[in-house]
Amino acid sequence: MPTPGRRALSAAARSTGAVSVNALLLHGATKPLLFAAALLPLALLIWGAVADTLGANPAEALIRSSGDWTLRFLCLTLAVTPLRQWTGWHALARLRRLLGLFTFFYGVVHFLCFAWLDMGFEIDAIVRDIGKRPFILVGTAALLSMLPLAATSFNRAMRALGARRWQALHRTVYVTALLALLHFFWMRAGKNDFAEVAVYAAVIAVLLGWRLWRRLAAPRRLSA
Amino acid sequence: MIHPAKPAADPPAPSEITPRAVYLARRQLLRGWAAGSALAALPGWAQVASAGKPAALPGTRSAVAGALTMDKLTPYKDATSYNNFYEFGTDKSDPAAHAGKLKTRPWTVVVEGEVRKPGPWDIESLLKLGAMEDRIYRLRCVEGWSMVIPWVGYSLAELVKRVEPTGNAKFVQFVTLADREQMPGLRSSVLDWPYVEGLRLDEAMHPLAMLAFGMYGEVLPNQNGAPLRLVVPWKYGFKSGKSIVKIRFLEKQPTTSWEAAAPSEYGFYSNVNPKVDHPRWSQASERRIGEDGLFAKKRPTLMFNGYEAQVGQLYTGMDLKRHF
Repeated sequence: MPTPGRRALSAAARSTGAVSVNALLLHGATKPLLFAAALLPLALLIWGAVADTLGANPAEALIRSSGDWTLRFLCLTLAVTPLRQWTGWHALARLRRLLGLFTFFYGVVHFLCFAWLDMGFEIDAIVRDIGKRPFILVGTAALLSMLPLAATSFNRAMRALGARRWQALHRTVYVTALLALLHFFWMRAGKNDFAEVAVYAAVIAVLLGWRLWRRLAAPRRLSA
Repeated sequence: MIHPAKPAADPPAPSEITPRAVYLARRQLLRGWAAGSALAALPGWAQVASAGKPAALPGTRSAVAGALTMDKLTPYKDATSYNNFYEFGTDKSDPAAHAGKLKTRPWTVVVEGEVRKPGPWDIESLLKLGAMEDRIYRLRCVEGWSMVIPWVGYSLAELVKRVEPTGNAKFVQFVTLADREQMPGLRSSVLDWPYVEGLRLDEAMHPLAMLAFGMYGEVLPNQNGAPLRLVVPWKYGFKSGKSIVKIRFLEKQPTTSWEAAAPSEYGFYSNVNPKVDHPRWSQASERRIGEDGLFAKKRPTLMFNGYEAQVGQLYTGMDLKRHF
């Protein structure tokens, strides 16, 4: 009696695993749960501000944490497509828009924290600061680069633009990632303190490098 | 965060109410000064610390001009939990978390270079070298925040005079502890260790430049630079080296650690100056830590951190934009 090969077995196990993960991802509660989880960092920061548990410099803690969370959501958003390909969890695609919009949301929170807590909402002080400090300029550019993506994130915009143009537009998120990374790098540059920057750089390098590699390895395929 | 409805009788603004910790610390200081000679006669450093709490280190009110600012004190908790002391890690909370193991006894400070009386100074003899004074200084960090801290110590000039600098001595270099066994931050290459700082000899001789052994009436906590540190209130905080082990008198201007790491961002003088911006941020204003809550407006930064009347003459004729 022929026994099934080890490879065939593990492939089968993998595909049933992927099927059940996909089923889980497609469950009606998954999206609302992710939405709630994505709000958790903000809730904790607000709680920390109210309860005064953010340390001696709560303004700085809020500005930095909101920036950290923007980068984290950006990494998660960029991880969706590679993860789908590696694991077969194709239902992850359903969550990509939500993650992308939360990236933009935390970017806005980060900017508002800076504009409010550092600049006291003085418009000319903010404009002057953007013009004067390269790392603020780059951070602002990163945020603005997400604006058209957020504005065209709903289904009707997608249809109006057409899949091709929509996808081309949304590929500018790669530029956002590089700007965000440069913003973080410059912010730490004066202190030569690059340990954390290196972690984000490595994650983004893998996520963007995988795309580049795939593009170069199969130059005729035009899918994302 | 939440603005309460305003009662009819105008109460003091929340910003004008002294936090309890500040009030208590101030009262403790005043009580110390009132007790005056009686307390001063006790060798404070000889008092035994109760479990976990630093030993008391009383001083008498300093008579040095400008040494007692009337600004509200920073809460002790903030001043001892929000620190830059990269030898223990680059995060502000790292020093309080990792400095506990630092051994501050025995401790020796070696004086060398252009002096007639070089040699080692035991910490116990340094504690007896000058009369302990209470001084309340503003501390402005180059990062744009500030505190108000009651230090205990005496003018650095007292030590300088004792070691008798030669005619060649123009600069003083401060070398701080770099011990891999005790300082986890040394594993990172953020800076070249040991951390070194420097002053011109006339800056070092200015009575406001102090050697501090304590703060808030107690021995310095490790994260604040125990057992002794420099405090130069008119310069950015990083000029005030912590846990000093060597003081060198030199003919030539020494390179400081931050100058070596980023020469375009940090200069030898690093005097607090609202008109000379850091390349990456404005120095025109500062956030006073622990004051008035999250939405407090930043306060304008003062020339020489408010000590212009006392130290301005040290820099007459100098282009402070060039010598930043």
